[in-house]
Amino acid sequence: MIKNLTPMQLDAIREVGNIGAGHAATVLSQLLKQRVSMTVPQVNILPLNEACNVVGGLEQPMVGIFLRVFGDAPSKILYLFPEDKALFVAGLLIDDPEKCRNILGELEVSALKEIGNILTGAYVYAFSDFTKLHMIPSVPAFAFDMVGAILNTILADLGEMGDYAVLIDTRLIACDLSIDGHFFLIPDPGSLTTILEALGVKNECQSQSGSECQK
Amino acid sequence: MPKSIRVGMSEIVVAEAPDILVTIGLGSCIGVCVYDPVIKVGGMAHIMLPDSTAAKEVTNRGKFADTAIPDLVELMQKKGAIKQRMLVKKAGGAQMFAYPGTNSQTHIGYRNAVAAEKALEALGLKVSGKSIGGHSGRSIYMDLATGVIRVKTLNSPEIIL
Repeated sequence: MIKNLTPMQLDAIREVGNIGAGHAATVLSQLLKQRVSMTVPQVNILPLNEACNVVGGLEQPMVGIFLRVFGDAPSKILYLFPEDKALFVAGLLIDDPEKCRNILGELEVSALKEIGNILTGAYVYAFSDFTKLHMIPSVPAFAFDMVGAILNTILADLGEMGDYAVLIDTRLIACDLSIDGHFFLIPDPGSLTTILEALGVKNECQSQSGSECQK
Repeated sequence: MPKSIRVGMSEIVVAEAPDILVTIGLGSCIGVCVYDPVIKVGGMAHIMLPDSTAAKEVTNRGKFADTAIPDLVELMQKKGAIKQRMLVKKAGGAQMFAYPGTNSQTHIGYRNAVAAEKALEALGLKVSGKSIGGHSGRSIYMDLATGVIRVKTLNSPEIIL
């Protein structure tokens, strides 16, 4: 498991996040019919006991749409955004205002999953195209709960393989609607190496982490 | 002045009155709380996975139910707690995401709960209070002055264990 990345490797991973999230942001912008800005992706490599804190405010309620990615570099994808915008976002796909109620019912959840599906599809497609890695996203799963519990559940099974979590975090912000969401790519342990290899920077190693690399 | 001590994923913490042990945002993980009311020493383990034998290597015993629980009890005993007096309570093990094609017996939260029960039984400890399963995340606040454990969820009233 890689804990230290060289600046060049970090840059390469950030670029992957950038391209993926860029596509997702374009799609979100088309859905919302307004400008969506994104931050430079952050690559967090954290011990599991700290990884839940990446979003802060562990008890704040958020909507999480979660997919697994199968294929060459198995990963997880999580799109998190504030719950008070959930109904509005769901309404984007439910044209008929008569049908749109004021609670997160089955129809609303289904619409949100579909939006997660569309955004993730854009991210995975761009990622896969850039790295030439074969990637297949699963069907989306939905949760509405405290953000700590959502991350807790997603990160738990990483523990079977190691003590660290890699989170590639890009914020997608629709300013006028103040929808401030996080888009996470969480490679499974081992997948980071595959991704670095696909990007041609696997052997870019620092002298102090010499044991980690295979020449 | 009581201080709150955070128990993160895979951590085991033992402390004494008047401190408060807190774990926020338990999803499929389980918080196992052990308390000795006589000396007012309590501990909490934040367990992520059921079985250490399924893992490639065990670098952190706090992650697994079958290793974290014996460690927690041992740490308690080092602080002077006596097994016969220990009160055991647990919370967590929710199924946060419902996938198509999964049932309630296979999700990790359920397996964590079963493994925790088994590990406690092996040590001869009985659970006197629990809030397990369901679909909601939980936060646990364990007051070491009284042994009272409050479990908070987003949408339902607080539970006292």
